[in-house]
Amino acid sequence: MFLTRRALALALFPTAPLLAAACTSAATESADGGRSGGGSDGPIAVTSTDDECRLAATSAPAGAVTFAVTNDGGQVTEFYLLAADGVAVVGEVENIGPGVSRQLTVEVDPGRYVAACKPGMAGDGIRADFTVTEAGATATTVGAERAAQLATATAAYERFVQTEAAALADKTGQFAQLVIAGDDEAARTLYPDARTHWERIEPVAESFGDLDPRLDLREADLEPGQTWTGWHALEKELWPPAEGYAPLSPDQRRNLADKLVTDTDELVARVADLELTPSQLGNGAKELLDEVATGKVTGEEEIWSHTDLWDFQANVDGARAAFEALEPVVTAEDPDLAATLTERFEAIDAELGQHRTGDAFAFYDALDPAQVNRLAAAVDALSEPLSRLTVTVVA
Amino acid sequence: MTATTAGADRRWTRRRFLAAGTATAAAAGAGTAAAVTRGGSAAGPGPNPGGGDATVAFHGRHQAGITTPPQARLQLAAFDVTTERRHELVDLLRAWTSAAAQMTAGREVGATGATGGPALAPPDDTGEALDLAPSRLTITVGFGPGLFGARRGTDDRFGLAARRPAALQPLPHFPGDDLDPARSGGDLCLQVCADEAQIAFHAVRNLARIGFGAVTPRWSQLGFGQAAGATPSGTTPRNLMGFKDGTANLGAGRPDLLDEYVWVGPDDDPGAGWLAGGTYLVARRIAMHIETWDRSSRAEQEAVFGRDKRHGAPLSGGTETTVPDFEVTGSDGAPLIPLDAHVRLAHPDTNGGSRLLRRGYNFADGTDALGRLDGGLFFVAFTRDPHRHFVPIQSRLAGGDALNEYIKVTGSALFAVPPGVTGPGGHWGEALLAP
Repeated sequence: MFLTRRALALALFPTAPLLAAACTSAATESADGGRSGGGSDGPIAVTSTDDECRLAATSAPAGAVTFAVTNDGGQVTEFYLLAADGVAVVGEVENIGPGVSRQLTVEVDPGRYVAACKPGMAGDGIRADFTVTEAGATATTVGAERAAQLATATAAYERFVQTEAAALADKTGQFAQLVIAGDDEAARTLYPDARTHWERIEPVAESFGDLDPRLDLREADLEPGQTWTGWHALEKELWPPAEGYAPLSPDQRRNLADKLVTDTDELVARVADLELTPSQLGNGAKELLDEVATGKVTGEEEIWSHTDLWDFQANVDGARAAFEALEPVVTAEDPDLAATLTERFEAIDAELGQHRTGDAFAFYDALDPAQVNRLAAAVDALSEPLSRLTVTVVA
Repeated sequence: MTATTAGADRRWTRRRFLAAGTATAAAAGAGTAAAVTRGGSAAGPGPNPGGGDATVAFHGRHQAGITTPPQARLQLAAFDVTTERRHELVDLLRAWTSAAAQMTAGREVGATGATGGPALAPPDDTGEALDLAPSRLTITVGFGPGLFGARRGTDDRFGLAARRPAALQPLPHFPGDDLDPARSGGDLCLQVCADEAQIAFHAVRNLARIGFGAVTPRWSQLGFGQAAGATPSGTTPRNLMGFKDGTANLGAGRPDLLDEYVWVGPDDDPGAGWLAGGTYLVARRIAMHIETWDRSSRAEQEAVFGRDKRHGAPLSGGTETTVPDFEVTGSDGAPLIPLDAHVRLAHPDTNGGSRLLRRGYNFADGTDALGRLDGGLFFVAFTRDPHRHFVPIQSRLAGGDALNEYIKVTGSALFAVPPGVTGPGGHWGEALLAP
């Protein structure tokens, strides 16, 4: 649930478009260390001032080319690499504040291009010709193939999200009926099962900033005056604390359950036309493991039901789905990373499997400290290499 | 080590020390015959090349340790008052004041110091600060709500309820707080700062020792900043997330702002005139999810803070000291400094001009039960009115700061910090506890 704010931050700090319109070039803004492929020597320095756009080189071999853009002017600037027509955008890096440096890495085929700095972010910018020379056949083929692989990956993950959202809506409906009917025992059994579908796609749900607090807010995170709705309010009702809790009236139950269904339906509607980028897949996988690290392995997510291990497994499943969608690219770019991630996903599943019987898990409060420690160690072992996923697939 | 001169009573004990607080305070405060000076003998080592010989004046209109340029080390200790007798509280504050004045001047505690007493008696001073330079030690006292009867409901054991400062109300629960009672609250606190950790520890230890019978230690937090010489002078220190922290802090160079935002004015609180010239200390133990932070990209880290990591420049451009421009937007219409960036939400412009004097320290308390580094920022701020200045800022941060994903507040406390002791013979409680 903490991830809402980061999702928002990322939305406001966008990476440049990953797939250029022609699908023959892939470009990304990278923070640093961007590669420049095809035999060129390091990034090409670009200095953008209020009236100049200085490039340290006006040509580069085909493949991945990195521009290191420094804004020495007084206005916010942008840097574009445009196709020969001077219109189609091959790659861009925006919002470079005065004194700030950013990098842009593009996959480019041989040919003529136009480089442009745009101080003040308006007009055609200050333009210069840029030439990409032949660098052997492989580089360009890789660029096109990579773009196609990434498009396949994002499409696969979009389907995964939509399938999970539909399953969530289905089980949420059943759960709501049980809560309204007062069949608490059946509701308690369904609770962790239904939430599994939420937890698998949590970062996507969180990217719709308003839905996540409505559906998944924990009591400790309530702001003064905020109304508590969603899963955890009903969790407390179904597993009430021994003291100091007043059970809900039938009307209150119905209202909470109905709201849960309405908000979940809204989620389903919003993911119907979901469009994800490869970096969102990579970041989403990392965020799912962050969720495990700060919420589930500490038992803070489900403080009344103690069903944290269901959520834990679901977060891992969601991260694994993202990794597997991207796996062909990871394997091509960094086979060691792919092997490590595969091995560590298996290790964490094995560790979770020790607490699993059929589809059910041990309750968090039944784990002893040594067991929790082993789970935490498995999370850290996986999370560290997983944090390299995004930069590996988009750099 | 100079020899003791307290020959008149070589059987000085802690109990006597407490009971005879007045006399001790007078003698020690005057820095005369009863004092034992550390490390001053001709045979001893010369002055510390790092400048550790410097001392910070104990007496003054305001307590030291507030506008004092931050020392390298912190130990903040909170205590619960166990005595029910007002005169014992007065005696304690006298004895603490006296010992604090001695230690901050680089002298040993008590009349006979570490080795001047009888061989068969435990020494007045515990001794681990022998040979160490004063290291700019400051000791700052604060009074918690419990001193005024709040901790036990209507119980007003010291008859101070009528003098309770209006703003000394417990801080509200902020979203995301996960407070450990064993790291929160307290009836009294001592903020001890020095450039040498062992000097700070020595001070806390000796003051705790003096306090047994009147107070019991509740919690204590160690913190570290940057040692003198570790960075070029004037460099803004970094927090454990690797970002500069305190670029726009309220410093000692703006006395006009200190009067406006730090010192309690004479007319601020008619019921608590004794607090004029004092301030409030807010302490928050902000634990960082260090491992997940380290896995986030630099682009995200910079978006979270709203600043560039290496230089500390706001994302709207310029250098570290450039005022952030929250209005400037990129081509997509979104602000260059995100709406949930820490620098935006914490900035005076977002908070009606409110400013805090922050004096936080990094901390590292080993590892937690899951084998993770238990580190973060021990936030300390001084403010004229916590409910007018700190609470609104903190509410804004708790509700929307991008940083919240990576932090958890595990301890919290609020203290009223009385004004300074203006001269020898006075003590920390004199204004509050005047008949």
